[in-house]
Amino acid sequence: MSSEMISSSAVTVDAPVRESGEIVFERVSKSFATNTYPAVDQVSVKITACDLVVLLGPSGCGKTTLLKMVNRLYEPDSGKIWMGGKEIHTLPVNELRRQIGYVIQQVGLFPHMTIQKNISVVPHLLGWQEKRINDRLEMLMELIGLPVSYLPRYPRQLSGGEQQRVGLARALAADPEILLMDEPFAAVDAINRERLQSELIDLHSKLNKTILFVTHDVEEAFRLANKIIVMRAGKLVQYGTPLELVTQPENEFIEDLVGSSNILRKLSLVNVNSILKARKNQSIYSGGSQPVEKPNTVLRPEDDLRSVVSLLLCSGKDSLPVKDSVGHLLGTVGYADLREMLISNLPSE
Amino acid sequence: MNYLVNNFDVVAELFLQHLQLTLAVIFFSLLIGIPLGLLLARIRWLRGPVMSVLGIIYTIPSLSFFVLLIPLFGLGTRPAIIALTAYAQLLLIRNWLVGLTTIELAVLEAARGMGLNGWQRFWQIEFPLALPMLLAGIRLVALSSIGIGTIAAFINAGGLGVLLFQGVITANYDKIFTGALAVTVLSFAANYFIRYLEQRAEFRIYGKRI
Repeated sequence: MSSEMISSSAVTVDAPVRESGEIVFERVSKSFATNTYPAVDQVSVKITACDLVVLLGPSGCGKTTLLKMVNRLYEPDSGKIWMGGKEIHTLPVNELRRQIGYVIQQVGLFPHMTIQKNISVVPHLLGWQEKRINDRLEMLMELIGLPVSYLPRYPRQLSGGEQQRVGLARALAADPEILLMDEPFAAVDAINRERLQSELIDLHSKLNKTILFVTHDVEEAFRLANKIIVMRAGKLVQYGTPLELVTQPENEFIEDLVGSSNILRKLSLVNVNSILKARKNQSIYSGGSQPVEKPNTVLRPEDDLRSVVSLLLCSGKDSLPVKDSVGHLLGTVGYADLREMLISNLPSE
Repeated sequence: MNYLVNNFDVVAELFLQHLQLTLAVIFFSLLIGIPLGLLLARIRWLRGPVMSVLGIIYTIPSLSFFVLLIPLFGLGTRPAIIALTAYAQLLLIRNWLVGLTTIELAVLEAARGMGLNGWQRFWQIEFPLALPMLLAGIRLVALSSIGIGTIAAFINAGGLGVLLFQGVITANYDKIFTGALAVTVLSFAANYFIRYLEQRAEFRIYGKRI
């Protein structure tokens, strides 16, 4: 089953689309001397520009290895990796890395440099003018929600969450098309993690960057992702949207991951936005749900479906309106949608 | 004290000679030790053998080491600098290596992932972060060279050891005392000066202790 999946998503060499944020893995493999089986095994996958793609899987499944082959911290044993239509090994390695933002779990800020210097390392390497760097610094600080007065401070004077924000700003400093994030929020406490996740979703919608995000946290993956790549033992198991993973799990491994027998768990993994998007694709906009008068309960696109059930039950209505943060009406979502999208897709047993 | 007052010029000249000898030893130690330490930081299996060789060199008694070098390099400051530089490697490289290998791996990975090349990583990241330990090593080298350097007077290398040897031979205690005092002053000055640099380097990394 999974081999079918791989061959169907394999990409031909002759026609790589020329979009600069696109990443294509073509039969990429990598083994380490310490392991008997390959860390990454014949992975072929195409990541569309500007998507936020999460690499999900248990530890040792090869997700970090796959990520680090993009900025060549690891070199593949075989296979090709294309970035915006260019094979990455045709570029000088440091030139490549300066075009890719890189965020790691332990942040790795330079302790002897101020926040300002930390962020401007890559722009300096690229020979940017001081003026341009300073403008960029201001813009980045605003983007990550830290005051400009933090610029002359040292990393040790910041909290863990603030340090990770600076890590993100540093990765974005030279305005890369691609951002690689290796379990960036794993070491942050739960409250800050949720906040950082929301900020990342927000940032991604503003910035048009391709983001490859590694995590072993299923909730985090489903919360952030446009698309999820599930890996196990070096192999790509399934590549799809959160909704696809929940409604059409490729095999038992995915079913276990999304908790197929537990409908509430499944609901918790998919958000309102996925429903709206899926409906648009099938052109059955607002299928079956009647408009609501006096909407005192409003859904947000990022709400998960379990909260939707809870809100529907509380409101006593059959559907609720969805509005974005500015208050624009995006559509309605109700019981009918949930039935149609999820429950009808349950494996018949 | 009479000796010091009456022969201040002589003492000052020997003091400067001793300082020059020490500075030369520090200079040549760094010339060898910095690249060698970097090599050991990169190539792990080299550490054991190299450090044991340096340890063995360190155990050679100084007087015999100086004398052993005479057939090769003659008398004077050259064999003295060579022997003291050889001793210094253990102290310098051990500290420098600790400094280099205790840098947080995440910091180095971030630097690599951001596209800093080897040279940029060394100058912008590794060197400043390992600098406090390097300076601690230099301080040990300075102090040990000032101490062992007194014996180098025996092979005509000059320095404050001259006062000690002459004092012992002529049973001139005033001279011995003057020599010992001058060596102590030099040691203290070197220790405080380098310690000050160390603290400045530490402050840049760790900041004020709150």
